[in-house]
Amino acid sequence: MPLKIKSHLMDKEEIGRAIKRLSHEILERNPDISMLAIVGIKYRGMYLAERIAKEIRNIKGAEIPVGALDITLYRDDVSQVSEQPVVHETTIDFDVNGKIIILVDDVLYTGRTVRCALDELIDFGRPKMIQLAVLIDRGHRELPIRPDFVGKSIPTSLEEAVEVKLNESDGQESVILCEKG
Amino acid sequence: MAKNSIKWTKKDLLGLEELSVEEITMILDTAKSFKEVSERAVKKVPALRGKTIAHLFLEPSTRTRISFELAAKRLSADTIGVSGAGSSILKGETLKDTAKNIEAMKVDMIIVRHASSGAPHVLSWFVSAGVLNAGDGAHEHPTQALLDMFTIREKKGKLAGLNVSIIGDIAHSRVARSNIWGLTKLGAHVTVCGPKTLIPVEIERMGCHVTYDLKEAVRTADVINVLRIQLERQKKGLFPTIREYIMKYGITEDVLTKYAKKDILIMHPGPVNRGIEISQEVADGPYSVILEQVTNGVAIRMAVMFLLAQYKAGK
Repeated sequence: MPLKIKSHLMDKEEIGRAIKRLSHEILERNPDISMLAIVGIKYRGMYLAERIAKEIRNIKGAEIPVGALDITLYRDDVSQVSEQPVVHETTIDFDVNGKIIILVDDVLYTGRTVRCALDELIDFGRPKMIQLAVLIDRGHRELPIRPDFVGKSIPTSLEEAVEVKLNESDGQESVILCEKG
Repeated sequence: MAKNSIKWTKKDLLGLEELSVEEITMILDTAKSFKEVSERAVKKVPALRGKTIAHLFLEPSTRTRISFELAAKRLSADTIGVSGAGSSILKGETLKDTAKNIEAMKVDMIIVRHASSGAPHVLSWFVSAGVLNAGDGAHEHPTQALLDMFTIREKKGKLAGLNVSIIGDIAHSRVARSNIWGLTKLGAHVTVCGPKTLIPVEIERMGCHVTYDLKEAVRTADVINVLRIQLERQKKGLFPTIREYIMKYGITEDVLTKYAKKDILIMHPGPVNRGIEISQEVADGPYSVILEQVTNGVAIRMAVMFLLAQYKAGK
């Protein structure tokens, strides 16, 4: 689907600042970092999770475990989407039991991806708490899900799409608002 | 991102002969992701929730059957098992009728093992459900070859350019045939080795090399796949005595020390006749990946079931 760019929402500096601020907010809410773990939703959520973990390391001087979720197998629309889903690996190399897990994704929209991620995380054990951090909240929830930490809230229409581009996956840093073609 | 360049377009998995290099690679790559599921606290993902899978096993099997059942269950599918004994097949019902009846109860996929080569193919013409070949006569056993290839790729990091020797009863082996198709497609060199009576004439036409000399087959190999000697065949006089077979073709520590590469990989599809085609020490030794093959089998079967479930009629 061809996308027409409507406006630039964030540039490299703004994304960097948002990640810094998210990291500080996470630490403010969770001062005991020994219980903390970060899990990103593949792929851009995973890159953001790694950046937040790095930021926390810079601030606190301590490592926190990072994991990555591939939610393909938990989707509720596998048989509906026209494009065949590709399964990737989920890597959670630590014990989630009793942990406070910060779930990270790039864009929060309908909330269905987060629902998948919650179901999948809980199959690994019983975390003490799961908190949700997103770079962009664009609204239009279809499930009762709300984020705990938001980089930027952007009111959008259903005819628009938000694209997050990160160095790790796209070779550039930007958030753009597009018109669905 | 990271999209498959090709789509899964097949209703059935009947053999590796009809699969493309891309399709085989797609299954192996998908299986990599599924391996992790079996290591979780909750060994279950909801991918095939609400799907029903029938296991139609008309020939004895422990490993393959359990492996398919586990794979289906870990994908949250509902499973039913039908075996030859205790079913209406004993009353003379044909395979077609059995399958049609299973399908009439709205089953999405049928896993079939049958003593006759080609039975799953015939089945696939009659039913709209996906058909997965779990071994047909001496023809093909695609998931076994896929798990063998997966294990080799995991251990050696590649398949292309490797020398794989398949040793034993090639003539009656569906595992050998599927392995030859799959491995040669992915660029490995396959050598088959065994007594002349157990190697079909013109098997070279499948793209493999033939030798009757065990030393040669061992010396060149990066991987040795040892096949089970089907003891019931011995009665037909295809080889003089078990003792002679062991002496000429048994894979023992002695043979490996003398002729094999230092990083040889020893595989066996099971069930193992310990002390016949493979010695106790080799089967349990450091080069053996026999149990890892079994572990990988579940991941391969999950991947195949997941992909077949993506097939949509008319697209």
